[in-house]
Parts: sequence; C-alpha cells; structure tokens
Amino acid sequence: MSRAAAAAPVWPAAHSPAPPGAVTPLLVAVRCGAGLLAVVSVAATVRTGPAERPVALAFGLLVALGEVTRWRGPQLREPAPLGAAGALAYALLGEVSGQPTHHGPAQVVTVVSVASLLGGVPHIARGTSPTLDHLARRVLTAGFAAVCFQPLYNRGALDTWVGPAYALLLVALLALTALWDAVLAAALAHARTRWPFAPLLRDELRALAGIGSAVCATGAVMALAVAVAGLWALPVFCVPLLLTQASFRRYAAVRATYRQTIASLARATEIAGYTPAGHARRVAALSLAVGRDLGLAEAELTVLEYAALMHDIGQLSLVDPVPAGATAGLPGEEQRRIALLGGAVVRQTGVDRRVAAVVERQADPFPEQPRAARIVRVVNAWEEKARDAGPGGALAALEELRLGAAGDYAPDVVEALARVLARGGLTFPPTG
Amino acid sequence: METVPGRARVYVAGVTVCACVLVLPSAPSPASLPSPGVGPSAWAVALLAVLYAAGELPARRRLAGTFYPVLLAGAFLLPPPAAALVAVPGALLSHGPRRGVLLRRVWRAAQLVVAVWAAARTHGALGGRGAVAAPDFPWALAPAGAAVLVFCLVLAVLDTGVLALAERAPVARTWRAVFAHSLAPVAVHGLAGLMMAVLWRSPYGPVAALLVLLPMYVSWWVFAQYHRERAAHRATIRALVQAVDIKDGYTRGHSERVGRASMMIARELGLDEDRVEVLRLAGILHDVGKLGVPTRLLRKDGPLTPEERRVIELHPEYGHEITRGISFLGEARAAILHHHERLDGSGYPYGLSGTQIPECARVVAVADAFDAMTSTRTYRRARPVAAAVQELRRCAGAQFDPTMVEALIRALAREGWHPAVTAEEPEREPAVPRPRRASRSRGRPGVHR
Repeated sequence: MSRAAAAAPVWPAAHSPAPPGAVTPLLVAVRCGAGLLAVVSVAATVRTGPAERPVALAFGLLVALGEVTRWRGPQLREPAPLGAAGALAYALLGEVSGQPTHHGPAQVVTVVSVASLLGGVPHIARGTSPTLDHLARRVLTAGFAAVCFQPLYNRGALDTWVGPAYALLLVALLALTALWDAVLAAALAHARTRWPFAPLLRDELRALAGIGSAVCATGAVMALAVAVAGLWALPVFCVPLLLTQASFRRYAAVRATYRQTIASLARATEIAGYTPAGHARRVAALSLAVGRDLGLAEAELTVLEYAALMHDIGQLSLVDPVPAGATAGLPGEEQRRIALLGGAVVRQTGVDRRVAAVVERQADPFPEQPRAARIVRVVNAWEEKARDAGPGGALAALEELRLGAAGDYAPDVVEALARVLARGGLTFPPTG
Repeated sequence: METVPGRARVYVAGVTVCACVLVLPSAPSPASLPSPGVGPSAWAVALLAVLYAAGELPARRRLAGTFYPVLLAGAFLLPPPAAALVAVPGALLSHGPRRGVLLRRVWRAAQLVVAVWAAARTHGALGGRGAVAAPDFPWALAPAGAAVLVFCLVLAVLDTGVLALAERAPVARTWRAVFAHSLAPVAVHGLAGLMMAVLWRSPYGPVAALLVLLPMYVSWWVFAQYHRERAAHRATIRALVQAVDIKDGYTRGHSERVGRASMMIARELGLDEDRVEVLRLAGILHDVGKLGVPTRLLRKDGPLTPEERRVIELHPEYGHEITRGISFLGEARAAILHHHERLDGSGYPYGLSGTQIPECARVVAVADAFDAMTSTRTYRRARPVAAAVQELRRCAGAQFDPTMVEALIRALAREGWHPAVTAEEPEREPAVPRPRRASRSRGRPGVHR
C-alpha cells in the first residue's frame, strides 16, 4: 500500500486539527501578542547585550533540539516536551554552579523564540510546518514564568528562600505557569474550533496530571540541577524526559492503529452491503461533534466515537440484510434485537466495556439510555433520514426527529445536533 | 502451576544467605558507619525504601521490578550494606506475576540486594560518592556508569542461574538475552538515579530529588496504558476473525491455525521477526473478506451455481478493502488479496502466476490449503497430516510454490502440528462424510470457499 494511504487520517481524532482558515479575533490577539512580545524582547536584549552567553546558548540548543524532535504523528497534548521543559528551566534559572545569573525576562523570551523558530526549520523543510499557535503558546508560557520569577530574583527579593524552600517555590511557580498554559491552550482550541470552552479547559487541566506534570517537574529539576552541577546537568538530565516522550509516542501510535482497526471492523458492514458506504464514518464524526457540543469529556468522547463506529455491527449477524441498512425505520423490538447482537460482537473486541453498553442500548427509550447511546441513536436516525432526501432533507429530517422526540430521541441531543448542523462546523476527513 | 525443582530452591536459598550476610552490617546501627559528614542516617534509608516500595506496589505484572532509579540513587548515596537494605521491603511486598509467590518475592529481594550492594561497592571504590557530593561533572558519570554496568551484570548472572536451574534454559543464550535486554533501560534509570543523588546531596535536599521521580512515574503510567491498549487491539483483531468464523459456520479456528502455519513457514524461510509477525497477521486475516459475502451463500448446503461461486470469489478483494487504512498490516494486505492465486496462473482474483504473486501470498496459500485439508469440514472429515503433506507435494509447482511447501514440511517435521482449536470441535468421533458434498473437493486440495 502506498505511504500516502498509510498517513491519511482515518477519523478526526478527539483533538483534530482545526478547519483551515478559521481565524477569530481571539486567535489574532494571541498570535499578535506573542509576536509583539518576541519582537520587543529581541530589541531589548540586543540593546542591553545578552548576559551569560554560554548559558543562553546551551538552553537555546536544548529548546531547539526539543523542537527538532517534535512529534509529527497523531495529536499529542505536548508534542515537544523537551523544548517546553528547557524553556521553563531557563525561565526559572537563578544560578549556574552556585554563581547567580543576571538574565531578565526579555532574554528568556528572546532565547526561547529564536530557538523554537530555528528548531522548526527542519519541519518546514520537510513540508510539515509547525503551527503558529504552538509557537505562540510556547513563547507566552515561557514569558509568563520568566516575568513571575526573574525580576524578583534579580532584585534579591528571593534571597530569604534557601534550600528546600527555594525548590518548593519553583514548584509553586511552575504550577501557576501550568495553569496559565492550560487556560491558554483551551482558549486557542476554543478559538480555532468553536467547541465550548469549559470542557476544553477541563480536558487541559486533566492532562496536567500526565505529560504536563512530567514537563514541569523536569523544568524544575533542570533549573535546580544546573544551579548545583553546572551546564553538564542538561544533557544528563534530559534523558528521563526523552524516555517519557518515547512512552507517550508509543502509546499514541498504538491508539492510532487501534482506531484504524475499529474503523475497519466498522467498514465490514458496509462492504457486506448491510449499510451504505461511509455511514459509520459519518455517524462517528457527527456524534463526536454533538458530544463536544454537549460538553462530554475526552474519555467519554472516545467511548462515543468507538460506539458510533460500531453501532451497526449487529447487522453482521443477520442472515439477510435490512433494506439499505436503515434500522431507524424498523419496529422497536427488532431494533433492540440487532442492538443486542451488536453488543455481543463488541464485547468480544476487548474495547472499553462502556462501548458495548452503548451499542447494546442504542435502541432503548432515551430516559433509560446512557448519554452516548442517546447521541448515537439521534445521529444515526438523522443520517439515515437525511442522506437520500436531497437538498432541504437535512432540515426536514431534523424536524421529524423533533416531533418524534417525545419517546425515542432525547430533545437536548436533537437540539445539540441542530446547533452543530447550523454551525456547519462538521468537517469530514478528505478520504476514508 | 508448575513446581520449582529442588536444585533451584537450593540456589535461591544460597543467594538469600549471601544477601543476608551483605545486609547485616547495616542492621545494628546504620549511623555508626565510617563515612564522616555524609553518613547514611536511618531516615535516608527509610525514605528511599518507602519510595521504592511505593513505586513497586502499583507496578503490577509486566512492569514489576522496573523501579530502579531509587535503588541506584541509594547505591550512589549510601554505603553498600545500607544501599542494599533499601531494596528489601519493596521487593518483598511486590506482586509476583504468577506462580510461587513467596519464593519469588524472596528471590527478587535477594537478587536485588546482591546487585545493589555490588553497584554501591563499585561506585564507592571509584570515588563516586565524593564526585556526587561535590558535584564534580562530568567525572561523576564514570563511577556511576561502572556501577550501572555492574548492577546489570550481577542481575543477568543471577537470573541466568535461576532460569538454567529451574527451566533448563541454555546458559549462554539466556545470559546474552537478559543482559542485552536490560542494559539500555537500566542505563536510563542510572542517569535518573544520579540526578536524584546529586540533588539529594545539594542544598535543595530530598525535596528536589523527589521531583526527578515524577517524569519516571508518568512514563510508567503511560507504559501501562500502552500495554492495555495493545491488548485491546489484539482482542479487536481476534474479534474481526471471530466474526468471520461465526458467519462461515465450518471454519471455526481456521483463521488462527492458518496464522500459525504461516508463521511456521516464515520462520523456516529465515525471515526477520517483523515479517514473521506480518505473515502471522496475514494468515489470521486472510479470509476477513468473507464478512462481505452474504451469510446465506457461505452456509449454503449443496453445490454452488457459477454465479454464487463468483460472488464468493470476491472475498479476497473485499478483505483487501476492509483492511485499507490499517497501516501496520503492510504487505499482509497483499497476502489477503492474492491468497487464492495459483502458481500456474489459474487462480483468482487476477490470475497472477509464478513470482508475480507476492511472496507472502504464496506462504498463506500453502498454510490455508494445509489447514483446510487437516481440519474437519461439514462436507468431509479431516485428513491425517501425512496425507495432506503428500497432497501438497503433488500440487507443488502447479498450484503452490515448492519452496513454501518444503518449508512447511520441514517445520512440521521439527515441531509437529498441534492445532489446539480443533480439539474443541464436537465432531471427534468418525463423522460420516455426507456424500453429496464429499465430491466437491475431489482432486483439488486447495479448493474450499
């Protein structure tokens, strides 16, 4: 098979890239703010001349190296943890081998932005440009940490914090920085995708426990270790973070293959002629959008996506196909029988038990259903009704669901679907 | 539950006695040891031991015993007996993966005590403790590296001993495998341990040292997630195959067995491990396209019309289509598409001949025909392996690639054929072949739908 086919996205990931060209005022403000900060800092640094050049060079190299080894595969929270940790460490660096340093926030921002840009060059050469937002976030976060720490430190306000208390102070500052970074990331994602802000922020905060804490801890450790052992600490102490990075990549890779396999299993019903081509994929993409609109957390979204992909799998056990695979028109009893057959198949696949439960209960009356099952039911019914109806069919199908909402379709889900369709924010992957 | 042979028990007891002797000097009063200024206080030992035990407890099964940074930090910080003591509580409390729980824990503790003691001794002898306290970089790296090497060597030697005695594993190969497998991870853990030790001795104290463990913890957590996800992925592949088996009544377990036979052929041909795995997957998934064939046709009693046969013969193409998008399958997809091609060009779907047929498809074709002949189908009973081999030889050249046939025969001669799944099938007593369908496969062994 061709490399292109292998690299093509199968389904939009839980955090899929934004539809291109969607630029909102918030996005512009963040990008301009970061750019302005970088330009002013570079100007200030050039005017005063950089302090401790070898140190600046070493940290710049580390940040650039982190950017060069940036993950280009499936979406990760922090694609360049080494770069992020290096930037934070430089922002919080107070001593080198016991000698105090004198660099200010302007120099930190200068080093981080120049190094990040240089580290992005190989990616641009390879044709995968690093996103502007990634750079903006890196610069603003490093700037935040530096502004909190360097002026106080250079003025001697922190001289009373010695030993373990100093280490704890750095940890507290990093926690503050991590919060700022989470808010920034959620705001950027919100501006790009127009998904509700609160669930995005919640997912960002939850992710702090994972790679976020590893990055912050390494940042603190590097700042302290350089203070004790000098610049030699950098190459030695970035190895464990590289290990963490490698684990995350392997995890992301196996998740991606897993999703591909589930998608293939879902496509079996289409190839068998039980359901129309692309039905499972469309229901999954639309269910995800509705789930996001309803504020589902990321773990719930994954369950929803897998269940939506496999919602028709029960039809494989039928000896004769249902006409056009349209289960929404069948009697309730028959719908439930097919749902139970599907649940039995899904149970064997070893996916999360909740996925099987969703598939099993997709035909139950909505008050008894888990939320994901309500979404799958509504979206599936809408897709079946709207797909052959031609122009105007989408709205007619929606109206039909609203009228039927008394028993079968949950009204709040139908309204969420209406909002998603009105936004037109649904993007299908280019090829399946 | 297998029993542990007596000689292995004696070996474990011997190593345990050694370990006790090594730890004893630290027991009476750890603070009295001659290391002025940097003497190991009891609380440092206790704190490290608690950290190690805390790391061991959640690390179940596969991950057990990978929490080395704390142990190595102990080896870099403390005198040998005290450092060795750090390993004891964690190892005794850890969950063993399966059998012999108590024996296993004692063994683990004894082994770690000896290894940590040796590492600490090496580190101390090379002046490492002074280099850590100074800290004197890059020179602190040399004793630390030597200590890591010794740690790995001791663990590998002890492990090889117990494997050789308990399971009669070949000594030289086991030793190489264990050592090569552990060196790189332990080296990374050694760097983290060194980082911990340096920060522990610095003015910032143990608080800063604890921060070093956070990224390690996170990576183990992710690693565990990775294994969970991978297991779920394997189960999904099995589910794909079971879905075929459910549809296609008579081929229960066929897919798994074809995977096994393909793997045997691939190993015999000397392919590398990645391709062997791809061929196993190709064998398992070769009939996945039958999901696309109406169940009514697959289960039809009686002869098929030419029209129906054409529909069934679409299954390689359906399989190729279903697996589009599973990028890790690679050339296995070619095997799925071409496993019904014949060497003389009379197969389907494309009628390729000779070397036009991808190698992996030629492997799967032989494995498929072999299992079709040796398993019981509703229309005829299983043939003995010898008869199937004879039939394969007869058809080599026209239908099958002789290289693959010979490879399978050699592998069968060496390993035998143990199709586990057929044993479950109800038709164990001589099933009466139904005459109506017995004629279908006459003269053409590979012909099955």
